[in-house]
Amino acid sequence: MTQTMLFNRKHLLGLEELNREEIQLILDTAEPFKEISERQIKKVPVLRGKTIVNLFFEPSTRTLTSFEFAEKRLSADTINVNISQSSVVKGETLVDTARNLEAMRIDMVVIRHSSSGAPAFLAERIDSNVINAGDGWHEHPTQGLLDMLTLRDHFGKLKGLKVAIVGDVVHSRVARSDIWGLRKMGAKVGVCGPPTLIPGRIEELGVKVYPHIEDAIAEADAVNVLRIQLERMQSNTFPSLREYNNLFGVTSKRLEQAGRDVLILHPGPMNRGVEIDSDVADGLNQVILKQVTNGVAVRMAVLFLLAGGMPAAAAQAASMRDS
Amino acid sequence: MTRLLIRGGRLIDPKNKVDQELDLLVEKGKVAEIGKDLTPDEDTEVLNARGKVVTPGLIDMHVHLREPGREDTETVESGCLAAVAGGFTAVAAMPNTDPVTDNQAAVGYLIREAIRAGYARVYPVGAITRNIAGENLAEMGEMIKAGAVAFTDDGHCVGDAELMRKALSYSRVFDVSIIDHCEDPALVGSGGMNAGLVATRLGLPGIPSESEEIVVYRDCSLARLTSAKLHLAHISSGRSVEILRNFKAEGVRVSAEVTPHHFSLTEEAVEGYNTNAKMAPPLRSSEDVAALKKALADGTIDCIASDHAPHHYDEKETAFADAPNGIIGLETSFPIAYTELVEGGVLDLPTLIMKMSVAPAAVLGVPGGSLGKNDPADISVLDIKTRWKIDKTKFYSKSRNTPFHGRSVKGRAVATVVGGRVVWRKLEVREPSD
Repeated sequence: MTQTMLFNRKHLLGLEELNREEIQLILDTAEPFKEISERQIKKVPVLRGKTIVNLFFEPSTRTLTSFEFAEKRLSADTINVNISQSSVVKGETLVDTARNLEAMRIDMVVIRHSSSGAPAFLAERIDSNVINAGDGWHEHPTQGLLDMLTLRDHFGKLKGLKVAIVGDVVHSRVARSDIWGLRKMGAKVGVCGPPTLIPGRIEELGVKVYPHIEDAIAEADAVNVLRIQLERMQSNTFPSLREYNNLFGVTSKRLEQAGRDVLILHPGPMNRGVEIDSDVADGLNQVILKQVTNGVAVRMAVLFLLAGGMPAAAAQAASMRDS
Repeated sequence: MTRLLIRGGRLIDPKNKVDQELDLLVEKGKVAEIGKDLTPDEDTEVLNARGKVVTPGLIDMHVHLREPGREDTETVESGCLAAVAGGFTAVAAMPNTDPVTDNQAAVGYLIREAIRAGYARVYPVGAITRNIAGENLAEMGEMIKAGAVAFTDDGHCVGDAELMRKALSYSRVFDVSIIDHCEDPALVGSGGMNAGLVATRLGLPGIPSESEEIVVYRDCSLARLTSAKLHLAHISSGRSVEILRNFKAEGVRVSAEVTPHHFSLTEEAVEGYNTNAKMAPPLRSSEDVAALKKALADGTIDCIASDHAPHHYDEKETAFADAPNGIIGLETSFPIAYTELVEGGVLDLPTLIMKMSVAPAAVLGVPGGSLGKNDPADISVLDIKTRWKIDKTKFYSKSRNTPFHGRSVKGRAVATVVGGRVVWRKLEVREPSD
């Protein structure tokens, strides 16, 4: 890692526009931040005095609390704007909501929105740093980053790694961010799911499409299992959850057939018995909870770098103790 | 001034096979004389058209004037002014207003408002079904008596094949065109752009071109069954063109239009979630664009129409999924068409004029597209030499939702004559050196 390299972007809207060096930088910067969450006093002062707003238009437990922890552990002042109780209910537009918050002088906005492109839309119109916490089907960059960090922790590298993403790919911002991130880091990516849930022309992104999960698992070092939503069934993308599990479920039997250890990831929350069986979810080859832990470190790294933190200082910052 | 002399221009009148430098004299709202070196008397207004092209008035047969109901985005007056500024002497007004134009009172209102405004003529297109609900036929006869020229449920596709069949069949009483917006709503779903690589990358639901092709095939089959006149609005797909070509070869009475945005932009224009690249049907692939141009050249597509769809800034200033479909086009239609098609070597200028005047007049069954003696003096005077940049801040339309802002183009209206009156002229009419 280049000691003097700065992260030159104002926003983190997606992994598609990042290059290999930038992704590497974020992952490397996350390393020292992992340790802070393991301490008794989980705090360093690097973002003290910074004001960060979490603007979540879609419900979230995992991502929201992860960001909140990351912000607080870096000593930033954070506010969660609960959309259902905000003026958005009264018809206030996205831009007006953000500009009004900005008028209270904030530094960063972490936004989750149901429309693809909403963070980019906002970034063009407000002065704060904008971090995409998930926009529609488009990207969930911090999830992609924590997936890569977790894979790197386990395998020691990302280049040449074979990763299969299984499930509802077409509606998945996690899948898209994983595809961009992993491909840039030199990994091989495959997708698998019912044809109704695989995006059109996805092969053109350098991704292999596996019609059958057995083949996807057979060639994979790691499998990222995506959540299946009940609403998808109602729109006729597959006939029933039972059938989905029969054909595409990640079961211990299927993993045994691979004849070697395949690492299991899941962005959560899980539908046990649908896309993933409980014995797999609770088994020895899954790193699902490690993903969650890494999520906080990755988000700390992202916030730190966007706030202008020098990567070399991250290690130093991490060694600071807040008295 | 009882007379108007348009002097020194290149007169292009494809219907009458004229393409040469000729003067044109207008009297009492009609073409009185065409010849070389006509001399004006003191009662004659002279319009200097030296270095310019003089053509039968351009007709835009697909325009949303938004009045009544959305006067915040456009009115009959502002829309008709935008039309003449774009070189159009007449527009066909779409019925998806609020309230819908599905009765004789609404039709009459539009015509009267246009006359009051005094710019372009308005030919109202009535709704096929009451309230465009897709259930019961509206009173076509009453609307025609009031001045309607065709019928459409545009904005919506006529979803029920039996209803479409009945509408086509019934229209034969009047021998007018039934215009369909060919998009199967179930296949469109929540889609906002063409299904393809760009949609996959942007994480947006996509609309396959089959949503149009299936309805094109259905409608042409029904036109064949009923021997009625069918017109296909804003064709966007190459395969639709193939289907159309086959039905035309069979002798089915079907005509079709294409918008300038569909033959000059592809789905790539949506990059960055540009809501001014969102319309129905969506922008498609470069293969589709090539097929549409070819179809214009070989006559499969008869007309160019803008589908001028004003939207308020606030409505388009939002996330892509939430933005309404449509862009304005009256003031960009001719420049884009000229630059892409004539400069682009796809059509010669007389053929372009045919697509934008003769053909729309024929489909709508209205006068126009011709400048022979005694023809109504609806005339467009166009500059095809000066390169200029489209500037949406200078538009006469009330709305600004265009993807063409800043584009360098050739082709521009410099004066527009309706019924012998110069209803619009560009303020600085520079005379090029002789």
